[in-house]
Amino acid sequence: MTPAAAPAAKPAAVSAMSIGLVSCEACQLLSQPVSEEEPGYCRRCGEKLEYREAGSIQKTWALVMAAIICYIPANMLPVFTTTTLGEEEPDTILSGVAFLYTSGSWPLALIVLVASVMIPLGKLIALAYLLISVQRGSIANNRERTQLYRVVELIGRWSMLDVFVAAFTVALVQLAPLTSVAPGAGVLFFAAVVVLTMLAAETFDVRLIWDTAEPGRARHG
Amino acid sequence: MYARVDSSTYACPDCDLLQEVPRLARGSKARCGRCGHVLASRPSGSQDIPLALAVAAGICFVLANVMPLMDLSAVGRSNSTTIVNGAYQMWIEGEPLVGALIGFCAILAPGTYIVFMLTLLIAARKTPPPHWVGEMLRWTHHFEMWSMLEVMMLGILVALIKIAEVAAVETGIGMYAVFALIVLIPSILVTFDARDLWSRVVWIGDDEHPAREVAQPAAEAPR
Repeated sequence: MTPAAAPAAKPAAVSAMSIGLVSCEACQLLSQPVSEEEPGYCRRCGEKLEYREAGSIQKTWALVMAAIICYIPANMLPVFTTTTLGEEEPDTILSGVAFLYTSGSWPLALIVLVASVMIPLGKLIALAYLLISVQRGSIANNRERTQLYRVVELIGRWSMLDVFVAAFTVALVQLAPLTSVAPGAGVLFFAAVVVLTMLAAETFDVRLIWDTAEPGRARHG
Repeated sequence: MYARVDSSTYACPDCDLLQEVPRLARGSKARCGRCGHVLASRPSGSQDIPLALAVAAGICFVLANVMPLMDLSAVGRSNSTTIVNGAYQMWIEGEPLVGALIGFCAILAPGTYIVFMLTLLIAARKTPPPHWVGEMLRWTHHFEMWSMLEVMMLGILVALIKIAEVAAVETGIGMYAVFALIVLIPSILVTFDARDLWSRVVWIGDDEHPAREVAQPAAEAPR
């Protein structure tokens, strides 16, 4: 019963790709595909095998750019419009934050500000930085950059906050003709920013950060 | 065809470093030596704990969707809402895409996640587990990622505080069920031993090629 799998005995810092192995993204099973161009599917769970996400850099850039474009109308257009006795009052994300602040609940104002403004912006900046550093072949701060990526992945969902705020305000305040709330176009763009940045984080292959550290094996990028 | 190495060899999903992860003691974790990613973890309890949590989550999920989240009343009129209603109102008030997204993140994704986990945990009690377990386990991750009940909960609280200025708001049973789900869903994830289940999944060629007979890809590795 001596285990024949000997990778433990190899020298330090050997990536799976450099010896032709590919790790299944879903179940972590290591496979050695016959063809490196078409690795096929994981035998255990059926996930498509890829040494590195194909076209990761281009796809992530495209999603980041699309998110930046959507970010502008998301902040300019109203997320919802309150109609009180025939009088319409549009609310953008920032005016919502201002409202919360002036009405005395500054902790909530801070939460919404962080979730709706700082997180999406921070994510876009962080992803752009990661993309540029990978494209320039940076080998510095690999560990920190990987941690940055994990933070981006982890906090991304929280920017959905304002979409939920809008939805439940709309659902609850339906007391026409007294007062009612209708969603504005801003919420669509805002939701688009959230989804696009989440997809961008998914598409970005963190392993690219580490590939540059291994001389001569930067393929499948 | 395919060759594979021993199942204790892992390539870190974040940096692709090959390393051995030994059988872990209960309640311990293994981190990647290079980037710190948690490669594997073994929960301290038995597989019955996540199952019990998943059953509880199933019940709470039904309650969260059936019972009103809150009631609002102003000048003699009242209105209550459920999660579905939140998505539906968005849809009919002119933002169908956003409505669909809310429906997906607040109902479909968490619901599917709970149903899949329940099915998996029951199926995992058989030896060997049914052949579709691998495929299903693979999908649970995607639904887990898009399940945003905790974000929804905070969103509702913010909305409530805004509305409280103009109307009296009362929280309903649905809200408490959502709160329970926010605790239960991550608890399932933490107590569930995914590595153990993966290691028991039977796949094509598994029986004929036990790990120790497999070719060593390391042998012909270029320097």
